Amino acid sequence: MSKIIELKNVNKWFDKFQALKDVNLEVNQQEKIVICGPSGSGKSTLIRCINRLEEHQEGQIVVDGKEISENTKDIEKIRAEVGMVFQQFNLFPHLSILDNCTLAPIWVKKMPKKQAEEIAMENLKRVQIADQAKKFPGQLSGGQQQRCALARALCMKPKIMLFDEPTSALDPEMIKEVLDAMVDLAKAGMTMIVVTHEMGFAKEVADNMIFMDEGRIVEKAKTQDFFNNPKSDRTKLFLSQIL
Amino acid sequence: MKLNLVKPSKENLNTFVTLGSVLILVGFFDFLANTFLDLNFTGFLPGGLSFLTPIIIGVIGLHFIRIEFSGNRLLDKINTNFNSSNFNAFLSLLVIFALIKYIPPILNWFIFDADFAGNTKQDCTSGGACWVFVKVWLNRFVYGMYPDTEQWRINIAFFMLLALVGASFFVPAKIKKYILIFLLFVYPIIGLKLISGGDFGLEYIETGAWGGLSLTFIVSAFALILCFPVGMFLALGRRSNLPAIRYTSIGFIELWRGVPLITVLFMSAVMFPMFLPDGTYVDKLIRVLVAITLFEAAYMAEVIRGGLQALPKGQYEAAKSLGMGYWRMHFLIVLPQALKLVIPGIANTFLALVKDTPLIFVVGLLELAGMVNLAKTNPEWLGMAMEGYVFAGLVFWVICYAMSRYSQNLEKKLSTER
Repeated sequence: MSKIIELKNVNKWFDKFQALKDVNLEVNQQEKIVICGPSGSGKSTLIRCINRLEEHQEGQIVVDGKEISENTKDIEKIRAEVGMVFQQFNLFPHLSILDNCTLAPIWVKKMPKKQAEEIAMENLKRVQIADQAKKFPGQLSGGQQQRCALARALCMKPKIMLFDEPTSALDPEMIKEVLDAMVDLAKAGMTMIVVTHEMGFAKEVADNMIFMDEGRIVEKAKTQDFFNNPKSDRTKLFLSQIL
Repeated sequence: MKLNLVKPSKENLNTFVTLGSVLILVGFFDFLANTFLDLNFTGFLPGGLSFLTPIIIGVIGLHFIRIEFSGNRLLDKINTNFNSSNFNAFLSLLVIFALIKYIPPILNWFIFDADFAGNTKQDCTSGGACWVFVKVWLNRFVYGMYPDTEQWRINIAFFMLLALVGASFFVPAKIKKYILIFLLFVYPIIGLKLISGGDFGLEYIETGAWGGLSLTFIVSAFALILCFPVGMFLALGRRSNLPAIRYTSIGFIELWRGVPLITVLFMSAVMFPMFLPDGTYVDKLIRVLVAITLFEAAYMAEVIRGGLQALPKGQYEAAKSLGMGYWRMHFLIVLPQALKLVIPGIANTFLALVKDTPLIFVVGLLELAGMVNLAKTNPEWLGMAMEGYVFAGLVFWVICYAMSRYSQNLEKKLSTER
């Protein structure tokens, strides 16, 4: 399997606070990585650097063969290939569910409207909210909104999907429906990087686990090894607290 | 049963209500006799007290009928809405009395004592408003100094506008789009050409002759349409990451917001031509339009910026993560939401703009209020300022109220919350 994302010695500061310290990471095609760690450990910052919602100051990030830096002219092209699902859904409240999904394909990929709508309906069916297509985001439950956000990202046919704590803002009973949709996606062979605290999901889906603390990757291991015999004490402590 | 006069209670409901109603009626009777019959029953009391007697008696009466959960729906309704405390009872009575006292004279002046018939000031004999003045001058109030024989051109221009706007409400969305584009980009040129003339066998009529209500509409409409996009780009510019654009926008906005419109207009009329090479001449209506547009655009920019600030950061991030660049992100995601948020503020600016148009008198252009001003100084019609200004005020109110209602409708229509 070939590399699709590569981070080399990435450092990032927010003013004086260092959010990422010498982060090295390689992600292969179709690999599923789950990142966990305490809050403020830089997990979100890490994946937001991958599509440059945050800018890193040092090191190298290569996504699908293109380096991401301030000189990158076509950052939009890279972003169009990297789907992202946010903690707060971030659906566009002024557009219907269907329009949320077709907007970017039509305007960014210049897809004909009809084709975009077909793809959107396909993806909405896939996350099982096809019947809500005509509604507005404000009329949907949190779980439905998050699944719509997932469908919206999928409509761009991304090569990589990033998830930034996709279930953290949801009521407990809605978490499962979102996770189910993500499991389906994983089974379909998508490359996924997921920041989450849902360890059940991690065990089911992840190939590799990453544990972060204070901006560093403390431990990276195969999922089974990670849960059964973690190497670092910090990881052990963390796992003992959340499992 | 003993009556506790300070604390009316439900047990003695009937007694209290009767007592209270009698006192209220006495209060009203005293007030009405005072106002309309010139009878002052309480004249023996010292001045101020005599003046306030009806209210004092009324408030005491209202105090007696203030019984909670009386079981009588009408009484409960009165108590909750007009009579919830002694102070509120006082205010309610004051307002009711003031209305009764002042509405009839106003109506008399407006309608019952007013003169409508006739053609000269001498026909106004009955002491009320002299609407003859407005009737005689109406043509000037609407068309300014525009020659009578050419006024059909203005009529056609405005009729065309009305027809287009009206049609846009009834046609399907697809055609509506083209009508709106036509209205915004083609119609203004046709309309202006029609009114100014000079080609197609139409007599040329210089802008100095334009005036009255039609000029109010022309100036307002152009300034409204133009100041909106300018304000939008200024708002975006002020939030730009590029220092050159940001500081230019800030400077522009603060400059125009910091000067009174009247000085801007004055400058456009007097100073601006000095900077032009000899022989070039820019029509004063155009100079005025540019001045008003830029002035209002600065306000519009700040209103729109308010909407941009209010939008959650997540919307920008979501748009970016889908591969949208700056312009797509702003025109597809950010602005539609931000503008919707600030419709009340935009309406506010638009209303202010319409009401600012009379200031163009400083460059010698007379719109509605300006024409009224001119007409009232006509030797044959001296003393008609009141009628003229009331008329102008009413017309402005109608225009502004219509705009306000439209903005409220728009807000409702665009709302996607639930």
